[in-house]
Amino acid sequence: MPDWGIIIPSVLNGLTTGALYALVALGLTLIYGVLHIINFAHGALLMVGLYAVYYLNAQFGLDPYVSLLIVPPVMFALGYALQRGIIGKAAHGRDENILLVTLGLAIVIENLSLYFFRSDTRIVDTPYSFKTVEFLGAFLPLPKVVAFFGALATAGLLWLLMTRTDLGRAIRALAKERKGASLVGIDIEHVFAMSFGLGIACLGVAACLLLPSYYVNPQVGHGFILIAFTIVVLGGMGSFIGALLGGLIIGVVEALGGLFLGESLGQIGIFVIFILVLIFRPTGLLGQKA
Amino acid sequence: MRQLAILIALFALIALLPLFVHSDYLVNIAIMTLYGALLGQAWNILGGYGGQFSFGHAAFFGTGAYTAAVFQVQLGINPWIGLAAGGLLAVAVAAFVGFSTFRYGLRGSYFALVTLAFAEVLRILSNSVPFTGAGVGILIPLKHGIASLQFASKSGYFFLVWAMALAAFLVVWWMGHSRFGASLMAVRDNEDAARALGVDAFRVKMGAIMLSGLFSGLGGVFYAQYFLYLDPYIAYGPANSVESLLVPIIGGLGTLFGPLLGAAALHAIAQGTNELIGDVPGISLALYGALLVAMVLFLPRGLASFSLRGLRQRLALEARGKRGHA
Repeated sequence: MPDWGIIIPSVLNGLTTGALYALVALGLTLIYGVLHIINFAHGALLMVGLYAVYYLNAQFGLDPYVSLLIVPPVMFALGYALQRGIIGKAAHGRDENILLVTLGLAIVIENLSLYFFRSDTRIVDTPYSFKTVEFLGAFLPLPKVVAFFGALATAGLLWLLMTRTDLGRAIRALAKERKGASLVGIDIEHVFAMSFGLGIACLGVAACLLLPSYYVNPQVGHGFILIAFTIVVLGGMGSFIGALLGGLIIGVVEALGGLFLGESLGQIGIFVIFILVLIFRPTGLLGQKA
Repeated sequence: MRQLAILIALFALIALLPLFVHSDYLVNIAIMTLYGALLGQAWNILGGYGGQFSFGHAAFFGTGAYTAAVFQVQLGINPWIGLAAGGLLAVAVAAFVGFSTFRYGLRGSYFALVTLAFAEVLRILSNSVPFTGAGVGILIPLKHGIASLQFASKSGYFFLVWAMALAAFLVVWWMGHSRFGASLMAVRDNEDAARALGVDAFRVKMGAIMLSGLFSGLGGVFYAQYFLYLDPYIAYGPANSVESLLVPIIGGLGTLFGPLLGAAALHAIAQGTNELIGDVPGISLALYGALLVAMVLFLPRGLASFSLRGLRQRLALEARGKRGHA
């Protein structure tokens, strides 16, 4: 007989973590949908965002949630510049080259931060770090609840942007048909860079929402990379709803896995999902043919 | 045939090195260069000739390394058997990775992603099961002697890795002159066209990934025997995956001699920076990453393509291409 008094809090906790995973995966899937490449620097760029939030707090005393006004726009600019200045230029018309460049960038970013920040793990101390909210008999950490709703709101904003604005239309047009989009006068390079920037801005939001209940060190991206990849594969590459759904599923699986199998083996559940999806449904839950 | 003659002459020349050079320092550099060329050539089989870019060759490398170590330390089995088993288990992992991706014709991003993820999965698994020594790692006891595949002098290791690299280079030479190699390159250049001509793309790619896995696995066994210590990060971490792909990309993708050139260049650069800045954590890998970006940006076809004439042609081509776009 399962003890619901333990399972329900665990599931709720998983959902809040899952929403953040979804946000990270959303950026990844957005970039994949338009550029048809996996951004291997995703985890490294999330780490950059986390350090930005950390230093804004440590140096200027800025609350991580106030950093929401600063970090996402800066990350957007960084993403735009990376795509325009390096990634796009390195393509030489071959997708493989983009893959290699994002991998190279990831390695550079990670190891430079190892060099500059050392491998110490740092946290941000906020007055609400240990506050909890009671819901369905479960006590949830306040920062995680905020993160949950923040992630959902960001996903909603992104959806509005994609469906209601000219930029969103241009991005979707480009995702469908590159040549056609350029023929109707869409500035391809600009829209590519905007999409990449948006994907990285999602990481900025995730970083601000994450840090009050999480930590940062130069390897922090690693943990997210595999999870974000699994979510994108699970949800279907390029699918928005798939990324959201996949994120929540993975969050819950991780929480339950940790509950029943213990912390270090808990992640195995994620890999089992990853391999099962790979073997039985490589296009993901909601994806089209790869 | 001329290529084969050059290849054999080159390896014969390299084999003379430990006879004349008695400095352990220099022989060690030669060993590490051959080892890099071995890993690079393994990657080149799949990535250069097959066009399937793996970001997780550590999955094969680490499996070979751990097999050799676990066989000796936990099971007390002779390392020569471990050598064979390491190669074979790496092939098995490669076959599993290949089967689960190539079956659906997944390639490009997806393949890179899956290989990387497999390496990560294996890293975390090896970090949590007891027989690999988990996070503490596994230490192979020192026991010099040919029977225990350990050598008191560097030149023993030199000839071990030399033989492995020679085998890899010979296989790649054979690929350049065989039906299998031709089919593989056809799949790389245009999979649909290759299929239309009756090439079984799935089988050809499976062959390539298994060969690639074999030599990566052998490289792993060599690593285990040479350094006698493994932990999950060394075996399955990103450093090996990156070095494997960087070597042929620097040297020249899909060329027979590219990996040798690339390994030599990479080690010269790594050695040089080490002397200049010293061994600072993160710097050597950061340099590898920067090299990768720079190579793809400026010299996407590797050092092998680098000649003044080639450069001029490339510039002319690019100028024409830009005009074409405008």
